[in-house]
Amino acid sequence: MNLHEYQSKSIFAQYDIPVPSGKVAATPAEAKAIAQALGGRVVVKSQVLTGGRGKAGGIKLASNADEAEQLAGQILAMTIRGLPVRKVLIDPAANIASEIYLGITNDRAARKPVLMASAAGGVDIEEVAHTTPEKIIRTHIDPLMGLRDYQARDVAIGMDLPREQWSQFIHIARKLWEVYRDNDATLAEINPLVITGDGKLVALDGKMSIDDNALAVGRHPDLEAMRDLDVEEASEIEAKKYELSYIKLDGNIGCMVNGAGLAMTTMDVIKLFGGSPANFLDIGGGAGEEKVAAAFRIILKEPNVKAILINIFGGITRCDDVARGILAAMAEVGVHVPMVVRLVGTNAKEGRELLANANMGTAETLTEAAQMVVAAAQGSEQ
Amino acid sequence: MSILINKHTRLLGQGITGSQGLFHARLMLEYGTNLVAGVTPGKGGQWILNDKVPVFDSCKVAVETTGANTSVIFVPAKFAVDSIYEAADAGIQLIICLSEWIPIADMMRVRAYLTQKNVRMIGPNCPGLITPGEAKVGIIPGDIAIPGNIGIVSRSGTLTYEVLYALKQVGMGASTCVGIGGDPVRGTDFIDVLQMFEEDAQTDKVVMIGEIGGTDEEKAAEYIRNHLTKPVVSFIAGQTAPPGKRMGHAGAIVEGGAGTAAEKIKALEAANVRVAKHPEEIPSLLVG
Repeated sequence: MNLHEYQSKSIFAQYDIPVPSGKVAATPAEAKAIAQALGGRVVVKSQVLTGGRGKAGGIKLASNADEAEQLAGQILAMTIRGLPVRKVLIDPAANIASEIYLGITNDRAARKPVLMASAAGGVDIEEVAHTTPEKIIRTHIDPLMGLRDYQARDVAIGMDLPREQWSQFIHIARKLWEVYRDNDATLAEINPLVITGDGKLVALDGKMSIDDNALAVGRHPDLEAMRDLDVEEASEIEAKKYELSYIKLDGNIGCMVNGAGLAMTTMDVIKLFGGSPANFLDIGGGAGEEKVAAAFRIILKEPNVKAILINIFGGITRCDDVARGILAAMAEVGVHVPMVVRLVGTNAKEGRELLANANMGTAETLTEAAQMVVAAAQGSEQ
Repeated sequence: MSILINKHTRLLGQGITGSQGLFHARLMLEYGTNLVAGVTPGKGGQWILNDKVPVFDSCKVAVETTGANTSVIFVPAKFAVDSIYEAADAGIQLIICLSEWIPIADMMRVRAYLTQKNVRMIGPNCPGLITPGEAKVGIIPGDIAIPGNIGIVSRSGTLTYEVLYALKQVGMGASTCVGIGGDPVRGTDFIDVLQMFEEDAQTDKVVMIGEIGGTDEEKAAEYIRNHLTKPVVSFIAGQTAPPGKRMGHAGAIVEGGAGTAAEKIKALEAANVRVAKHPEEIPSLLVG
């Protein structure tokens, strides 16, 4: 889950990382009041969970409170990459001498977090990483020991940071690590971390991503409350309620599968035989009647679904439970598209018997199932 | 021969008095797995599964009393990390953790700790493993695999069943099948299992089932090229998955250009691995 800039920066502030003294506004009038209280020039920054806000015109400089109000009105009316702007952050304009990049993320290959910094901070940091990787200084963090001060100092030395700024930089790096560790982050990033005209380091922008597993086990209810539902499809939110993993796609063949790997494989095989999946849907382990019925409702809500493939390899999940779920859902919502069902594994025979009179195609192999459903979808398109 | 588990394995089950745990403990026992103990704090002194398996309050006492050397963890994610440390500190040499949703930061600490203690872990978020005809640890259905000479290693769960089943249909069996789990950081990686299969006398051929996300398949390809003399057949799930979308497994996130199915297939083919277009094609690629 990604946090907004203003949310990330409020967490940074709690950890004594210097951030601008701005506030978030939901209306132009609020923006004006904040700008008045700050005095002087302010930056009006759209709060949407996507990159390229500046280039899209979602970040503007205002020379006074009236202009801040007017710009806030414009920006709050914007939609950036499909996301409505619901809030703007009003920050005092900074006096920038130079821009540093500082971030922590997980290095999967090393199985450790890695702290990265560069004297070439700013919007083009990915370009820097691509063309001049030596300008990104990295140090791995031992997960049992944490970040040591000498590591942060080595990074400061590696990026030729002036000595006057070392202690500020080490403090911010250490605190950013604490933010990362305490919040189960998978990304904590300050870009840019600016050096102001009078030599102070300030986190001008902030980004955080939180490990979904840590949220799933209920470790951070405070962060869960910050979730922005605008970035999630309504159907995906509905799926989550039933512990289904659902992702909407563009095709016309609805899929219901148990297990993420098998669900992806089912999509691959449909594509291999000329079809196009309408969704990824993993009903998970131990799926009972209620879950299956919910999955059915979610798939059938999409008007472009022309056929459905149900592929269940019973392990924890029992095929007869799935069959009962299918029948319950059919009685409840009514199914007007052809269905192909493949049940293998635990209680498959009982499952198939339950579905014997339900007027649907049954398949033995995955290949056969995919071919049948592709033909059925083509048939009902015509 | 086989790898990791066999009929001599002395298995301890953590969290096998809950309904899911008990269901699968029964299946493991019926399969012939040498399940010697259960551990559930607060339930020590009970006997379960028709009084065949004693339950203890702690791993330490269970290991001292029964000589258990392997543990399987059915404990929910919230408590599973503590169960892993408890098993390792009690002297268990091989831990199989099935629990899903363990936070990544916890797993990084667990991995660092287990490496120091020289304890091997399979998982988390995995179906476990099976050595057909001898033992199964975890939730892989026993009746879909037969003994044989093919070593199988997989990041997936039900997709692994699919492959075992497809092999069984044509009379092909497995030496051992290992589900290493789908999380980004786990106890055992492809390379570890590939090395074990290379050294295992019963294993003649290897099937490796990967999926999108991370670079483990690419690293495995490099390892295969340099170290494996046995033929390898592979399948990569997620060839049609849209980039950047999370597909249920924490690991299955395509990061930039790396980690796509196309990249992985290219790396594997460069290492002389035959890559199947779909799982049911695997048996024919093993024959050729």
